[in-house]
Amino acid sequence: MIIDLLGYGAFFMSTALIFALITLGLNLQWGLTGLFNVGVAGFVAIGAYASAILTTPDTVDRIGGFGWPIALGWIGAALIAAAAAAFTGYATLRLKADYLAITTFGVAVVVQLVALNAQGLTGGPFGVAFIPRPFAGVQDQPVLFNFANLAVVAGVTLAVYLALERLSRSPWGRVLRALREDERAAIALGKSAQSYRIQAFAVGGGVMGLAGAVQAHFIGFIAPDNYLPTLTFQVWAMLMVGGSGSNRGAVLGAIVVWAIWVGSGTLTAAVVPGDFQARAASLQIVAIGVMLCLILLWRPQGFFGPRRKSS
Amino acid sequence: MSLQFLLDGLIAGSMIGLGAIGVTLTYSILRFSNFAHGDFMAWGAYAALAVVGVLGGSAPMKPLSFGWPLLVAMIVAMGLTALLALALDWALFARLRARGQSIIVVMASFGASMALRSLLEFMFTSRPTYFSRAIQMATPVGLGIKITADQVALLVVTLALVTGMHLMMSCSQRGREMRAYAQNPALAQVVGIDVAKVVRATWVIGAALACASGVMVGVLVQIRPLMGLSLLLPIFAAAILGGIGSVPGAVLGGLIIGLSEAAAVQFVGAEWRSAVAFVILMGVLLVRPMGLFGVAER
Repeated sequence: MIIDLLGYGAFFMSTALIFALITLGLNLQWGLTGLFNVGVAGFVAIGAYASAILTTPDTVDRIGGFGWPIALGWIGAALIAAAAAAFTGYATLRLKADYLAITTFGVAVVVQLVALNAQGLTGGPFGVAFIPRPFAGVQDQPVLFNFANLAVVAGVTLAVYLALERLSRSPWGRVLRALREDERAAIALGKSAQSYRIQAFAVGGGVMGLAGAVQAHFIGFIAPDNYLPTLTFQVWAMLMVGGSGSNRGAVLGAIVVWAIWVGSGTLTAAVVPGDFQARAASLQIVAIGVMLCLILLWRPQGFFGPRRKSS
Repeated sequence: MSLQFLLDGLIAGSMIGLGAIGVTLTYSILRFSNFAHGDFMAWGAYAALAVVGVLGGSAPMKPLSFGWPLLVAMIVAMGLTALLALALDWALFARLRARGQSIIVVMASFGASMALRSLLEFMFTSRPTYFSRAIQMATPVGLGIKITADQVALLVVTLALVTGMHLMMSCSQRGREMRAYAQNPALAQVVGIDVAKVVRATWVIGAALACASGVMVGVLVQIRPLMGLSLLLPIFAAAILGGIGSVPGAVLGGLIIGLSEAAAVQFVGAEWRSAVAFVILMGVLLVRPMGLFGVAER
């Protein structure tokens, strides 16, 4: 019993920290730079599929299966997702902010479409299976396996967290904040708004891709259904609850919202009769949507972010 | 090769165009892209379905698949959808607009869209439903094109709505006020235009047309909670292709997107249909971001 609980705790934390990783990427784009990304699920999916294709063993009916080591797959995933984000940014960031939102929405739609239909690349609706999992050697000892994986996920999250903290305090991060607060002043100081924004959007997209890859290897199997708009929506709720602009808030928000999500899901599964479970699941999304709107109305700074900016 | 895809594209395009009018008006007058617009369509379709249920069935007006209750229901549902939009504006958008950060309003519309859509799934489940399950015979009209009576009726309704809309925008006092406010909000207020009325008219028109489009999709295809979400990208692409703020542009953009989608289905494969809007959107943003009839952003 205790062993099961420990194992489940480790599993829960690993999933929550992967969400934290995605939220950190979104925080760089939105919290620090003010870029609105409605296609989070698309960039996560790009990373997941990229790493899956790079690391799985050779497959007959699908491109790739290059059998690379996991770490190289993760780096590749981050780079490919960053490139996709950079191109999206290049096409839209010289225009008004809304165009970026609409385009990222389109990116998510198209990635979903490619995942479903380009069978030779993504395995189609059945997805990609047999993605190598870290520490597969100890898979028969669930507790050890779960904690080893948690250590990897936590390590990656901590590394990204520290890197982003450092970046946001660096001169580069200061330019981004300056652009968000007063674009004209920053441009007058000779900073190219478009170029800095593309860089921030690309780095954020890379972090999302990395998170997608980590998740793919954690579960060992990916399918198009993992990357529906609901994912984007959950990540936004996490960032808004945590408080956009704060990396600490992003991580805490991810854990809290994921706990609420899993908790309410378990509760409805236990209480609600079988026929109504699909309906109860939609009600869960309604609740999160209403919560997002209420936070925007009443507490735009979130719950774990920095207290009201004085400077 | 059959030319049937031209007719299919024209019909799909006119529905996208009706939706795009609302998006383009909201963008040019309220200054934000409304991600909940697709959900107005779905809500409108379900509202019409509910009203039809209340009115009770009646024999369809041959050769159409529907009778007078659907027409009444559509008009009632247009009103209900407009009320929904006004309520949402009162509770959410107006308050955030007052703070002056338009991108926050976009985010709120994204949250509202998710909530609205899932609420429909909660009430009606995600199973598709239909106004009528009757199968219609299509009449050949030459060049290998066949058309059903429903399709003719819907094209006529669309034409009437778009013409009425165009006359209203170009000739009526409220239409002139809306265009003036879109061009220069400060100056419009100086000359005494009532902003609250302009905002209300924008929501009412956008939501009513979205509802009409949703009902038509329901008559021709099916009604499901996700119908608005799947039309959202084509609608945005049509509004941007036509030039944000231009009503004729939105309609023309919708027709171009609809015809291109139909061509893609014919020549590439039906599974890639949804990618067409994205390809056109990227092309417009890279080559001519102001769209066909747009003016450069000030």
